[in-house]
Amino acid sequence: MGFLDTLLGRTKPVQPKLDDLFALPSAAITLQASSGFTPTGSGSVCFRSVEGKTFSDIESDVRDLLNMDAGKPGGGLPVEVTRDSYGYTWLVSSHLSDELDALVTDLHAVNSALVDNGFGPQLLCTLVAFRDERERRLALVYLYKRGTFYPFAPLSGQQRDNALEIQIKNALADDLKIEQDLTRWFPVWGAPGM
Amino acid sequence: MARTRYAPDRGLTVRMTVTMFLLGLVFVAFVAAIIGILTAVHASGAAIVLVALIFGGGSAIASLFYSDKIALSAAGARVVTPQEAPELHAIVDRLCALADMDKPRVAIAPTAMPNAFATGRNSKNSVLCVTEGLLYRSDLDTEELEGVLAHELSHVAHKDVQVMTVASLLAIVAGLLVRFAFYSELFGGGRRSSNNNQGGIPVVLIIMAVSVVVYAVSFLLIRVLSRYRELAADRSGALLTGQPSALASALTKVSQGMSRIPNEDLRAAEPLNAFYFAPAMKLTRGGGGGGGGGGGKSLSQLFSTHPSLEKRLEQLAKIQRELGQPTVGGLSAGSGD
Repeated sequence: MGFLDTLLGRTKPVQPKLDDLFALPSAAITLQASSGFTPTGSGSVCFRSVEGKTFSDIESDVRDLLNMDAGKPGGGLPVEVTRDSYGYTWLVSSHLSDELDALVTDLHAVNSALVDNGFGPQLLCTLVAFRDERERRLALVYLYKRGTFYPFAPLSGQQRDNALEIQIKNALADDLKIEQDLTRWFPVWGAPGM
Repeated sequence: MARTRYAPDRGLTVRMTVTMFLLGLVFVAFVAAIIGILTAVHASGAAIVLVALIFGGGSAIASLFYSDKIALSAAGARVVTPQEAPELHAIVDRLCALADMDKPRVAIAPTAMPNAFATGRNSKNSVLCVTEGLLYRSDLDTEELEGVLAHELSHVAHKDVQVMTVASLLAIVAGLLVRFAFYSELFGGGRRSSNNNQGGIPVVLIIMAVSVVVYAVSFLLIRVLSRYRELAADRSGALLTGQPSALASALTKVSQGMSRIPNEDLRAAEPLNAFYFAPAMKLTRGGGGGGGGGGGKSLSQLFSTHPSLEKRLEQLAKIQRELGQPTVGGLSAGSGD
């Protein structure tokens, strides 16, 4: 934000960065090789709904678009829409675990639908879920406004496995843009799609 | 990609620019007048002006530097960790991620009055404080609370504490000059005839008169600026959450909640008024000028740090219409008016 915008108190809503999301499939291969975590095939996009019919129309259009391929080979399951307790909407897309490309394409379709309709600033984050053999849960969370990823490893009862998160961060340092500011690694407890 | 629903409000920008320009103009006129007076009488009052500048500037810088600590201790607030207030932190986390800004510290003040404020000298040192009344007593739901927090975060993003400190500097210096001139007139009256080469009105009296005028004018302009910045924060907050009507209902609830609270709380909250979500002084002022009718209302509006509830709701309704515009047609061109 420029000096003049600050002085005049007109913050511009921040447009999302979308391109870095496509680094995910190749990073998943690195992740599997280095720490044994494999994609579960599901992921979700989280955005802040805007009141009014215009936005809810766009929301249902996106759902219809993603559901067109559901059931066909590579199409995955129908998308699930959930509203969390903070008022954010999560679109969950579920595929087979080896269809990460298709999953990322789905997630990107949501992004572009919102951006094309002028609601890009409403995008909060995208997460893609992983598991290892010990059934430990891990999500890679993509922050739209920063264009960066961070790992989120929930344990039972609102605890995070910080050691695992740091380990994943170091393992993926060459493949993904990792968020360096640790204060921005906010927890997404009970996020749909994990 | 370039299309946006979030065109800036030109009218507000223009009004704010004009206010700041006028403040700057008063400042220049003030300096010119003081220099003019001093050169005309061979710098007899230079010491007073210098002392006022040093004191005024020093206190402004100090209050800016320690604004977070001063505000927190004045409100009796305590910084809380994510473990202590997970819900509150989660809302702030998400808003900061949406707005791509540094997360401020989060504090809770043990006050029954529902309100919130944000302060701090820069984004790294800012603190966002909500009262217990806002969290537990005001029956705000999560989205309304989020609206209030988004409004406060917009104050941080707009650097309102810094802007208002700079804007107030002039009034502080002018106010000090009045006081100093008054005391020097009181105690040093015997010496002044030798300094005064015009033989007419004493220099300190002229400086005092100029300062009084400057103080009054800049005081009014600062209040105007403060009201515009509240509107700007409402606007940015509503655009950030995408829920202008949640902010509007929060405003209504908080304004109603305030009138139920006893006077002691309001008086204690007075020094922080300019940074609050809704004006804490509203009740006492309304009670004082009760019989004023229409004229009294507009006068109190003139001195108010916050715009009236009606004005704020009106702006939010306008934002609601802008956000609801259908996608067809040029978006960025459509919302300019």
